[in-house]
Amino acid sequence: MNDASRVATEPVRYVAKNMRLDLRLIAEMIAPGARVLDIGCGDGTLIEYLYRTHGCDARGIEIDMAEVTRAVAHGLPVMHGDADNDLSQYPDGSFDYVVLSRTLQAVERPREVLRQMLRIGRHALVSFPNFGHWELRWKLLWTGRMPNTTVWGKPWYETPNIHPCTIQDFFDLASREGYEVEKWLAVDEGGQRSPWRRFPALANMFGEQALFQLRKA
Amino acid sequence: MDQPELPVVDHQHLVLDGPLMLDCGTELARVRIAYRTYGTLNAARSNAILICHALTGDQYVAEPHPVTGKGGWWDMVVGPGLPIDTDRYFVICSNVLGGCMGSTGARTPKADDPTDLWGTDFPPVTIRDMVRAQKRMVEQLGIARLFAVIGGSMGGMQVLQWAASYPEAVFAAVPIATAPYHSAQNIAFNEVGRQSIFADADWEQGRYWQSGKIPARGLSVARMVAHITYLSEEALTRKFGRRMRGASLAVFNDIFEVESYLRHQGSTFVRRFDANSYLTITRACDWFDLASDYDSNLSGAFAGTRTRYCVISFTSDWLYPTSGNRAVARALNGAGANVSFVEIASDKGHDAFLLDEPDFHRTLGGFLKGCADHAGLAP
Repeated sequence: MNDASRVATEPVRYVAKNMRLDLRLIAEMIAPGARVLDIGCGDGTLIEYLYRTHGCDARGIEIDMAEVTRAVAHGLPVMHGDADNDLSQYPDGSFDYVVLSRTLQAVERPREVLRQMLRIGRHALVSFPNFGHWELRWKLLWTGRMPNTTVWGKPWYETPNIHPCTIQDFFDLASREGYEVEKWLAVDEGGQRSPWRRFPALANMFGEQALFQLRKA
Repeated sequence: MDQPELPVVDHQHLVLDGPLMLDCGTELARVRIAYRTYGTLNAARSNAILICHALTGDQYVAEPHPVTGKGGWWDMVVGPGLPIDTDRYFVICSNVLGGCMGSTGARTPKADDPTDLWGTDFPPVTIRDMVRAQKRMVEQLGIARLFAVIGGSMGGMQVLQWAASYPEAVFAAVPIATAPYHSAQNIAFNEVGRQSIFADADWEQGRYWQSGKIPARGLSVARMVAHITYLSEEALTRKFGRRMRGASLAVFNDIFEVESYLRHQGSTFVRRFDANSYLTITRACDWFDLASDYDSNLSGAFAGTRTRYCVISFTSDWLYPTSGNRAVARALNGAGANVSFVEIASDKGHDAFLLDEPDFHRTLGGFLKGCADHAGLAP
């Protein structure tokens, strides 16, 4: 079966609907046929989707060996590795898009990771949970303790999220590093983008997840 | 120690058309390559997989061995419905150049006189020489491009050499539990084995075959040392611990179970393997340093590659540890290659690639299926 006939026969919409929300939004931003590196690709859901429906040359890096084994055993090109240590060896401009979904807050050196992403890729797609969401602010203010929500589910002593940030923080970092925000959006868990989509301050208050597309200015 | 004869078996083989030039500058006028195949080559000749065997392996991958009578060394991996599925792929495995299972090496005649063997006159060969011979063999079998080249340990070195030397002839490459070069530690262990062979009086400066002897003691000690490097401490502890065979305290008898196990490994090995061949092949491994041909830049070996790679290592392998395999995977990234890299959790040491490791088998089978999809091979 060639790629064209596969695109026609695969139940594309079904696959997309079952995909994690942020992955679905990321997939919508990626042009067909693009070269994509998905850092923290898990079992490879996004790269498989991009290959099957967009004809992308999509590859992944994943830190959890069980997920890597599952992905490779499924025929997907996935490397065991992590964002902090396994980006520097890729040549400049290897990819059209480098994706980092829900991982930025867990890496050791977020600034260096972003630099590497925009060295090896033309565009960086970064999604992260927004620490500026009103519920977190309220809980911290009201209880005086590290806030716990569905998105930020683990206690402070167990969380892998060592570098949480807000949407405003991310805008600041992008401008300090000289990155152009090509696109951005914030959504709640239900995937609703309106009505505050155009206003960073409101998004910072009501958005649970943020997704940015950056490039070097 | 008794000195059993190596059984004489007529191995399936072909003779390379024309001479073979070796890295050392010697030209071998007539080269015989013994090989076995499994499955059926398709009409497009696009489903061939070459399996490269390890140091003391051979071409009998998936069938009983004609000398030892034991099952194939990769019985669990190669066969109908198995990860390397012989219902779908045409599998070839050849005995390496310098080997002793029918390919040209120390045990084969120099020229027409069947009693005048190469012995220690056999020229030094490299991993690249082995791969050159394999390439010629594959061409003579009518195959211009291999769907995949797969191998573990020294076989993995051959896989890397294939991908570097003949990138257009390899659609997918699976180097398993291997290294981009032989480390000082690797060379050191090999040297102990070689010295043990040299120290055996029956070696007779490598001309033991003239007196009908075998340096069995030396070769078996070499095997015992090597065998320790194939296992992990956990595996040895699990298998033997400190269990003893008898209560008597004797210095010269084997007391601990691990000793009798190693002795058994050594004594069965000498029945199927030639000492001079062991010297030739361990040397070939020691010389292996893929990056040295590319200004010490391993990525350079794979520049412009379009081959799909799957690098696999095992957590408890200390002979060719994950670090070396990861270096290969990173070098491939540096070359922009399409690479998968998996470290399989196993406490069985280097030998894990030969044993029942379901995650490994799933990974290998799944990677090949994915590649077959990309290559447009019929299911």
